[in-house]
Amino acid sequence: MGIEVRRVTKTFGVYKALDDVNLTIESGELVSLLGPSGSGKTTLLRIIAGLEVPDDRRHSQILFDGVDVARQAIGQRRVGFVFQHYALFRHLTVFENVAFGLRVRPSATRPRPALINDKVRELLRLIQLEGFSNRYPAQLSGGQRQRVALARALAIEPQVLLLDEPFGALDAKVRQGLRAWLRRLHEELRMTSVLVTHDQEEALEVSDRVVIMNHSKVEQVGTPEDIFHQPKSEFVMDFLGQVNVFHARVEHGRAVLDNVRFDVPELAGSAMDQATLYARPHELEIERARNGAPAIAARVLRINPAGAVAKVALRRAAGGELQVDLPFERFQELALRTGEEVFVALRRVRVFAPEYVI
Amino acid sequence: MATAAASQSTMIDTARRLAARDSAGLRRGAIAVTVAFLSLFLILPLGVLFYEAFAGGLKLYCQSVFNRSTGHALELTLLAAAIAVPANLLFGIAAAWAVAKFEFKGKSLLTALIDLPFAVSPVIAGLIFVLVFGRTGWFGDWLDDQDVEIIFAVPGIVLATIFVTFPYIARELIPLMQEQGTEEEQAALALGANGWQTFWRVTLPNIKWSLLYGVLLCNARAMGEFGAVSVVSGHIQDKTNTLPLHIELLYASNTAAAFAVATLLALLAVVTLAAKTALEWKMRQQARRSAVPITIP
Repeated sequence: MGIEVRRVTKTFGVYKALDDVNLTIESGELVSLLGPSGSGKTTLLRIIAGLEVPDDRRHSQILFDGVDVARQAIGQRRVGFVFQHYALFRHLTVFENVAFGLRVRPSATRPRPALINDKVRELLRLIQLEGFSNRYPAQLSGGQRQRVALARALAIEPQVLLLDEPFGALDAKVRQGLRAWLRRLHEELRMTSVLVTHDQEEALEVSDRVVIMNHSKVEQVGTPEDIFHQPKSEFVMDFLGQVNVFHARVEHGRAVLDNVRFDVPELAGSAMDQATLYARPHELEIERARNGAPAIAARVLRINPAGAVAKVALRRAAGGELQVDLPFERFQELALRTGEEVFVALRRVRVFAPEYVI
Repeated sequence: MATAAASQSTMIDTARRLAARDSAGLRRGAIAVTVAFLSLFLILPLGVLFYEAFAGGLKLYCQSVFNRSTGHALELTLLAAAIAVPANLLFGIAAAWAVAKFEFKGKSLLTALIDLPFAVSPVIAGLIFVLVFGRTGWFGDWLDDQDVEIIFAVPGIVLATIFVTFPYIARELIPLMQEQGTEEEQAALALGANGWQTFWRVTLPNIKWSLLYGVLLCNARAMGEFGAVSVVSGHIQDKTNTLPLHIELLYASNTAAAFAVATLLALLAVVTLAAKTALEWKMRQQARRSAVPITIP
């Protein structure tokens, strides 16, 4: 089922949590809402669910397959909601937790007990907790509890699955496993799903598309590949990973950094005389000698070779630190040592439309 | 040097032994003081109570306990409790629900108001009701016209009992409900439960033991209340005398009978205590069930 959020604003007292947000989620998609805390992502999820009501404004709508549900209560929307802290019913067993949504149905639509039994067993099989039906939530690990919460949400055959930082309270190893499991589950069920997270790695790994939020607005929407490689703003670039920042002069459409000229396509024909350049650590290259390509002088400060890439921190001759990630083979070939003078070439830099400061 | 070190270590050992002996002594002392205090102020008076009650023989005891006036007083006490406890049960759940699960203006004022009966002397509480509902009070004339008696009648006793006991259940529930938060209720609503189902299937089971505990305390207080009830009752024998008031009345004329009737209230206290202990055990057991994670092979 497709979801459309149209012109939604939400204020809490004087604080604007969402500011005129528009968003379209296609049927069967898994979309992540990613942003720092306070960016409005959880509020947006809770509004889609019906746990919050958007401000009463003209044209503000939440459409489920074209039907406006903005004023519908949560129970009518048939959404599966998974809470960060599980919110399992502590006095009920795993089995009864999963069965809850079926047992509270009005008698006309409530399945027969035998049917409820089958359905719950099937869901417990899906979450790989078949032998746990008589346990209480407190007798499960965090990862198991979150799986029960997911099964409980799926039991009502929801139209949409909404997950509020579902792995936020778990440790890194469990989180990794559950993330992959969730992706496989999504491939199997193909249910429209919205996942809130502040972990960019999680968002990039599991989602079909990622919605980056900042300051109560949507910053960028795109596939993980898109937003990582084509960030539209400084914020997105910065939020999705480490970034090196250079302040350069602009002369005749070229950037000048430490008296070295760089071709930057975005600057050609621009009237700017100052520009901020951004480059990710893996977009920089270290050379022992100038080889004709434009490069700036720097000194090796620290090396961390533990990992898939070697992380090298350098101090620019002109001042300021740089981060460079080198493929391990390249790092071995260079045989860098701390204190060495080297040159850093910028293979790819980005320039974002400037924010004028007067 | 070696001797110095040795003597130092002996000193430390001695200090440790002394400390151990001190703390053992301290423990024994503390227990002794507590036991002496309890014996003097609780067990001894209770013993005296039962001794005096039976001093005149079993026949006199039975005469004092099984007579019309005592029966009526017991009936009235049970009636007042039977109305006050359910009323405060409803009020307590509503108040705790409002305070613990919602944010609204004046919440701290409401919380303070719930505590009012703890702060106000029961006598003042009784006087307030006399001033409001008494013959010369605010609603006195109107009530007279309607031919409704509140003060010096059963309704006044019930009102005073409700007033004095209303914080007990709310106070027991508020901290627990605050700690539990609202996420389980939200989850129930998301799963399609209506408000009533959410309350019966999620909220109530989560608070049931604390609720029972509150009911127990409320009941004990309702049956034992003296001050407020004394002001509004008028002490009319066989009409507006509750057990505590009846005991006081008897004490002026027939001490042995007063002690005999007092044993009824004391027995009530013992039953309450036993029920309270059983409940606490049950609550601990439940806490243990939800606290100990079972390791999964």
